[in-house]
Amino acid sequence: MIATNRPHAMTAAQTHYCPGCTHGIIHRLVGEAIDALGIEGRTIGIAPVGCAVLAYNYFNLDMTVAAHGRAPAVATGLKRANPETIVFTYQGDGDLASIGMAEAVHAAARGENITIIFVNNAVYGMTGGQMAPTSLPGQVTQTSPYGRNEAQCGLPVKVCEMLAQLDAPEYIARVAANSVKNVLAAKRAIEKAFRNQVEGRGFSLVEVLSTCPTNWGKTPKDALKWMESDMIPYYPLGVYKDRSAVVTDRT
Amino acid sequence: MAETVLMKGNEALAEAAVLAGCRYYFGYPITPQTEIGAYLARRMPQVGGVFLQAESEIAAIHMVYGASAAGKRVMTSSSSPGISLKSEGLSYLAGSDLPALVVNVQRAGPGLGGIQPSQADYMQATRGGGHGDFRNIVLAPASVQEMASLTMRGFDLADQYRMTAMILADGTIGQMMEPVTLETPTPTLVEKPWALTGTQGKREKNIITSLYLSPTELEKKNLSRFARYAAVQQKETEYEAFCMDDAQICLVAYGITARVSKNAVAAARAKGIRAGLIRPITLWPFPTEALRQAAKTVRQFLSVEMSMGQMMTDIELAIRCTRPVTLVSRVGGVIPAPEEVLVAIERAANEEAT
Repeated sequence: MIATNRPHAMTAAQTHYCPGCTHGIIHRLVGEAIDALGIEGRTIGIAPVGCAVLAYNYFNLDMTVAAHGRAPAVATGLKRANPETIVFTYQGDGDLASIGMAEAVHAAARGENITIIFVNNAVYGMTGGQMAPTSLPGQVTQTSPYGRNEAQCGLPVKVCEMLAQLDAPEYIARVAANSVKNVLAAKRAIEKAFRNQVEGRGFSLVEVLSTCPTNWGKTPKDALKWMESDMIPYYPLGVYKDRSAVVTDRT
Repeated sequence: MAETVLMKGNEALAEAAVLAGCRYYFGYPITPQTEIGAYLARRMPQVGGVFLQAESEIAAIHMVYGASAAGKRVMTSSSSPGISLKSEGLSYLAGSDLPALVVNVQRAGPGLGGIQPSQADYMQATRGGGHGDFRNIVLAPASVQEMASLTMRGFDLADQYRMTAMILADGTIGQMMEPVTLETPTPTLVEKPWALTGTQGKREKNIITSLYLSPTELEKKNLSRFARYAAVQQKETEYEAFCMDDAQICLVAYGITARVSKNAVAAARAKGIRAGLIRPITLWPFPTEALRQAAKTVRQFLSVEMSMGQMMTDIELAIRCTRPVTLVSRVGGVIPAPEEVLVAIERAANEEAT
């Protein structure tokens, strides 16, 4: 039997996300991970600026909202002040990979014992569909109306590949929220990213490829197809760094 | 009894923070305040605290936001260009009603400016220093002793009013050495039921945010914040009056220029000129009432500052322009000499005579 109960770590509030957006699924996976680890009473969430700015309405947790991109710095302050709490940020691609790149990279480089859920939907959602650092080559957005042009805009930032080059992070993985199989893999990755923090292992980031039918100009169904056909080939899924796995291999 | 020691202003400030119970420091190096970070890098581990050198001033102020949200006494320090970077965080701290201590050991600007002392961030500090309607409590030390005492007071005020207290010092006060007595204060401990500590399954969740999408709700938030600001203005304004009993010429100066002005007032008195000094210790709230009272008998005001009349505006507002206010300033990192200020006093006295 498939359990359909709402995770205890989540509220009954109906989300404000657009039809077909996978933020709701990702929220649920976070809630399930918190439930599974029994850490609801000591977990603190940090919402970003972007579509998930109101995430605090959907979790039964102490939460705050960071300035645009600064969530990893706020998380650092919270975690250093109260190391027994479990601190996570939930950030979009504009928030983390553009304006907050420095904060994300340096939190990773310090090996902060925090968890980052990085939602990559290749577009700025909240402000109405502008080009993101993760928008695909040729992708049409409000600010790349002729398609993202390499000569002018360069090429997308691959966050997992970049952060995996650092020595300090514990766990860096990319998953997708577009199919049952991928969602189940995402669930495992997100739970691991939280468990790592509970065990004091250090910085864990899970990039979740997410749909934005509204700003992609697609139906929810076509958005899922586009993720499979265009996004995942550009952003390969998998584990980019896992220090605990390396240790296991050596023993 | 605490012993008296010889210390740099920046170091006295840092030790005072530790004595006031601050255990969290986040900062980024910048001259002329690096001694604060260097001191706390050594000191914090000794008292079980956290010193963290952030990747930028922006990150540092948001780390302050996080530690403050956790309910802790926390501080950051910087100098002028770094404070501009922190202005984003100052606005978010204010919008979320989070207490913090922020230190600005001012250097000359604008831009990269120079590394010599300045008071050119007066407007930025006293008007909030970021977007939106908000204020910081701005404390202006004029000695190494005050670097310590105002830091301790700043932490208490920040907690009590849930706002940022800013120490607005300058390169001279930060760098110079003077005897200082470091008494362990009795911090005013304030309950922080709003802090993010995890619900422990025992209470409703706490949300700390500056986001209010409903205009009426946001207006209410702003108004309640300004009601708190009014209480600060009423209760916490502080200044020093020097030779003001019969003063006809009133100098207004804070920080290092107040030290210079005191010498100039003494020299003027020796020449029979009835000069006095009002030294704001809090720049926000500004000692408006003291100046208004002084304006009843004082004939002229001199605003002695290392900026181009930024404080002069507040003097004119305080006295409703009922008396002339003259700017006496050096800028760019130059400190006015007592002789220069004396010349300005004598000029004012001559105007009175004619």
